[in-house]
Amino acid sequence: MPHRTEASAKLIYSGPDWDYPLIRRAFDAIERIAVDEMGLEPYPSQVEVISSEQMLDAYSSMGMPLFYRHWSFGKHFARDEMLYRKGMTGLAYEIVINSNPCLCYIMEENTMTMQTLVMAHAAFGHGHFFRNNQLFREWTDAESILDYLDFAKRYIADCEERYGHTAVERVLDAAHALMTHGVHRYPRPRPLNLKRELERERERQRFEESSFSDLWRTLPRRDPDEDRSDPDLDARQQRLGLPEENLLYFLEKHAPRLAPWQREVLRIVRLVAQYFYPQRQTKVMNEGCATSVHYAIMTRLHETGQITDGAFMEFLHAHTSVVFQPEFDDPRFSGINPYALGFGILKDLERICTRPTEEDRRWFPDIAGNQDVLGTWKTAWAEYRDESFILQFLSPRLMREWRLFSVLDDTDADAMEVEAIHDESGFRAVRRALATHYDLARHEPDIQVVDVDLAGDRQLMLEHRVVDGRRLEGANTRMVLRHLANLWGYPVTLVEVDARSEQELNRYQGIAPDPTVT
Amino acid sequence: MVNIIDRRLNPKDKSLANRQRFIRRAKRQILDAVRDVSARRRISDVGQQGEESISIPSDGLQEPSFRKGSGTGVRRHVVPGNKEYQAGDRIARPDGGEGGSGPGGGSPDGEGEDEFQFSISRDEFLDLFFENLELPDLARTELSRVEQDGVRRAGYSVSGSPATLNLTRTMRRSLSRRLALHRPRREEILELDREIDRLERSGKDPERLRELVQERERLSRRSRLIPYIDPIDLRFNRFVPTPRPISQAVMFCLMDVSGSMTEDMKDLAKRFFMLLYLFLERRYRHVEIVFIRHTHIAQEVDEETFFYSRETGGTLVSPALDEMDRVVRERYPPDEWNIYAAQASDGDNTPQDNPAVIERMERTILPVCRYFAYIEVSGERGRGGLTDLWMVYERIARSGRPLAMRQVRRRGDIFPVFRDLFTPAELRN
Repeated sequence: MPHRTEASAKLIYSGPDWDYPLIRRAFDAIERIAVDEMGLEPYPSQVEVISSEQMLDAYSSMGMPLFYRHWSFGKHFARDEMLYRKGMTGLAYEIVINSNPCLCYIMEENTMTMQTLVMAHAAFGHGHFFRNNQLFREWTDAESILDYLDFAKRYIADCEERYGHTAVERVLDAAHALMTHGVHRYPRPRPLNLKRELERERERQRFEESSFSDLWRTLPRRDPDEDRSDPDLDARQQRLGLPEENLLYFLEKHAPRLAPWQREVLRIVRLVAQYFYPQRQTKVMNEGCATSVHYAIMTRLHETGQITDGAFMEFLHAHTSVVFQPEFDDPRFSGINPYALGFGILKDLERICTRPTEEDRRWFPDIAGNQDVLGTWKTAWAEYRDESFILQFLSPRLMREWRLFSVLDDTDADAMEVEAIHDESGFRAVRRALATHYDLARHEPDIQVVDVDLAGDRQLMLEHRVVDGRRLEGANTRMVLRHLANLWGYPVTLVEVDARSEQELNRYQGIAPDPTVT
Repeated sequence: MVNIIDRRLNPKDKSLANRQRFIRRAKRQILDAVRDVSARRRISDVGQQGEESISIPSDGLQEPSFRKGSGTGVRRHVVPGNKEYQAGDRIARPDGGEGGSGPGGGSPDGEGEDEFQFSISRDEFLDLFFENLELPDLARTELSRVEQDGVRRAGYSVSGSPATLNLTRTMRRSLSRRLALHRPRREEILELDREIDRLERSGKDPERLRELVQERERLSRRSRLIPYIDPIDLRFNRFVPTPRPISQAVMFCLMDVSGSMTEDMKDLAKRFFMLLYLFLERRYRHVEIVFIRHTHIAQEVDEETFFYSRETGGTLVSPALDEMDRVVRERYPPDEWNIYAAQASDGDNTPQDNPAVIERMERTILPVCRYFAYIEVSGERGRGGLTDLWMVYERIARSGRPLAMRQVRRRGDIFPVFRDLFTPAELRN
C-alpha cells in the first residue's frame, strides 16, 4: 500500500454530482499526477461543458467546434440524432480537439467520476499525444487550426452568398468525394496561418488574372510529325508535377476551368483532410495512450485517497466497458476495438518493462526489463503510428491472450483459409497482417494523376495501382470520377493497373462532366 | 490555470443550417416519402406526433469516395477469439457477405447505404406535405364563432345559495371581525371559570371572587352579542353565465365510392379530408371523424374501408345524407358538437334522387352543420360540364345556406380551394 501523504489525503469529491469548483479541484489533482508525477506534456486545456444536443451537433461536423456548412453534415446529424433518440447508440463521453489550447468537451449528464475520468483521458491522454506524436507535430498546427476553420467557414459562407448555394455545394460535394485523396503523404506542408492564407488567396486571384495556363495552349509545341514518345510525356509530367497522388492539390493547381474561389474551396477541404490525416493513422495509439493515461491517473487518485472506493468502482466499470473486445463469433463483434488494442499493447509493454519473461527478452531485447515504463511509453507515443506501433510492440503473449488469428480471404478461392494463428510459427504473420490493416497507404487505393492529354481533348488520365488484386468498387468509383470530371472540366479516365504485373485490369473510360456544369 | 467554460447556454441547433441544406438537397426524395407516408396513414394521424420518421432512398445523397470493392482480390482479416482453428484450416465464407459475425464481418469498406432513415419534425412534415402552401395563414382565417351557454367563476358575492358558500372567505372574515371587536376567546372564559371555582372552594378573598364573577358575566354577554359567524361574514362564490365555445367537433367525410371514382380522385378527396382535419384539429380540442361511403346504399365504415375497399353499385346521394343524419342523432347532438361535413364526389347522381337530396339537405343536414363543403373531383380529364349534383347543390347554396362547393382537378388545386372555402366572407371582399 502506498503511503497516504497528508497533502493528498483528502477526497476531491464524494457524491455523484459535479459543480465547477469540484471540476477545477479534480482537474488540478489530475494535473499534479499527470504533469508532476508522470511527466506528461499536454497542451494547456480548456474544459467546456456541453449538453447532449451540442454533442450531437459536434458529431456531425467532424467533432470540430466550428465548421463550414454542407448538407452532408446535416445528413449525419439527422442519422445520429435518430439513432441516439431511439437508444441505438450512446454518445461519446467526450470530444477532444487537437488545438492549442486543447479543447475538451465534457457532457453535463456525466457523474463527477466520469468527468474526472474524461478529463484525465482527454485533456492529458489525448493532449499529450497530440503534442508529442511525430505525425501531429509534422502535419498539424494546433496553434492555428481554430482560426483557420473560422476563416474557412466565413469564406465558404461568403461564396454561398456571392455565387449561390448550388454552385458552392457542387464544388464541396466533389471535393468531399476526393477528400481521401487530398492529402500529402510525404513533404511537410506549410503550417496554416490565417493571415498568410488570406494574403495567399488574394495573391492567387491576382496571379490568375494575369497568367497563362499551359493547358490552354492551342499552338502545337512541336512539329506534329515528330514521334510523340516519352520525352514529350516526361516534359508534360514535369510541367504539371506528375504523377501526383494528391488529387485535390492537383486540381487546385492545374484544373483549367475553375474560378479562383473554387480553387480556394478545394484548398480548404484539402487542408482539413490533411489536418485529420494523422488522426486516421493513429487511432489505436491515440486511444491507447489516452486510456492508459486515464487508467494510471485514476488508479493513482484512488491510491492516494483522493477518490472514494465507490468512485473507483464506478470508474472501473466504465473503463472495462470501454476496453471490452468481443470475440469474432460474438454477436457484438464489429472489428477490433482500438481502445482495447491500444490499451492492451501499452499494458503489455508495462509488463515487459517490469516483469519480462524469457520470451519477452527474446522478442524485445531493447526494452525488456528496463524498468522504465513511462519512458518506453513516451517514446512509443512520440515516434510511431498505428502500423509501426503494432509491428513493433504487439507481443506474442498478447496475441495468445486475445487468441488472434489471421484469415486469408481470396475471392478466387471457394473458401477462406486460416493463414496463421497465435502460435510460435504464426506470431509474425499475424502481427504483420494486423499492422497492414492499419496502414492507410495499403488500405486506401493508390490513385494518381499520370497524364493529361494536352494535344487532344484535355482528358485527365488517372491510374490505380492495384495491390492484392483488389479493384475499386464500381458504382462508387463512377460517382467520384463524375465529381472529378466536374472539377476538371473535361473527361476523366481511370485505368486500374496491377502493381506487380503492370497489366491493365479495368478501365473507366472518358467519364464526362455533368452537362449542367459550365 | 485551466479554463472551465459552460457552453450549455450557447445557442443550440448549430447544425440547423446544415439540416436545411440537407432537406433542400433531399427535397425530391423527402417529398416522395412524405406523400407515401401520408397515403399509408390514417387521416387523424397526419402530423399528429411530434416527429415523423421517414426513410428515403439515398440516390443523390451518397457521399462517394474511392474505395476498394469486396468482390475482387485478396484480403486478410485478423480477428480475436480463435477457438479451434489451426493454420491451414479452411472456413466457408459467411453468407450475406458483409456485416455478420463471421471472420471479416463488419469490415469497414462495405458501407451499404440503400435507404437513409431519419426523423423530421412535425412542422417540416406539414410544410412538405402541403408543399409549402402557406398553412400558417390559416390561423388568420376564422370560422364563425361557435358558442354555447356555460357558467364561469367571477369573484365573490355577499348572497347566494348555501351550496356556493365559500368557506375560506367566510371564515377569514369572521376571524378578523372577532379579533377587531375583541370577542372573548373560549380559553379566556374557561380560565376565568377555573379561577372562580378555586376561589369558591377555598372561600378566601371574597372581594376578588365578586370581581371575577362580574367579569365572567361581562364576557359571556359580550360573546353573546358578538356572534361567531355573522351574516355579514358570509361570502359566496359568484358565477356568471358566459357563452363558451364548444371544444369538440365531428367531421363527416362523405364519399361516393361507386365505380366512376378512380384512385386518383380518391387520393384528391383524401387530401382534402386531411386538410380539413388538420384545420379543425387546430381549432378544437377534440375532433372525431366519421366516414360514410355510399353507392346506392350508404354505410358508416372505418377509414381503411373508406379509402381502399372497392364497391360497385349505382349512385344515390340521399342515402348517405340519411346515414349522416342517423349518426348525428345517435351520437353527436348538435348542441354539444360542432358538426362539419365534407363530401367528395365526381358529381354523379341518379336524376330521380335529386329532389330527395334537396329535401334532406335543407331539412336535416344543413341546419345542424357548421359547414358543409362539397368538392367535386374530376381527375385530370375533367368533363368540364356541370354535373347533376353540382346543379342541385348550387340551387341550395343560392339560398344562403352554409354550403361551399368547388371543383378540384389536381393536387395543387386542393389547397387554394380549401383556403377559398374557409375564408370568411368579410375577408373575401
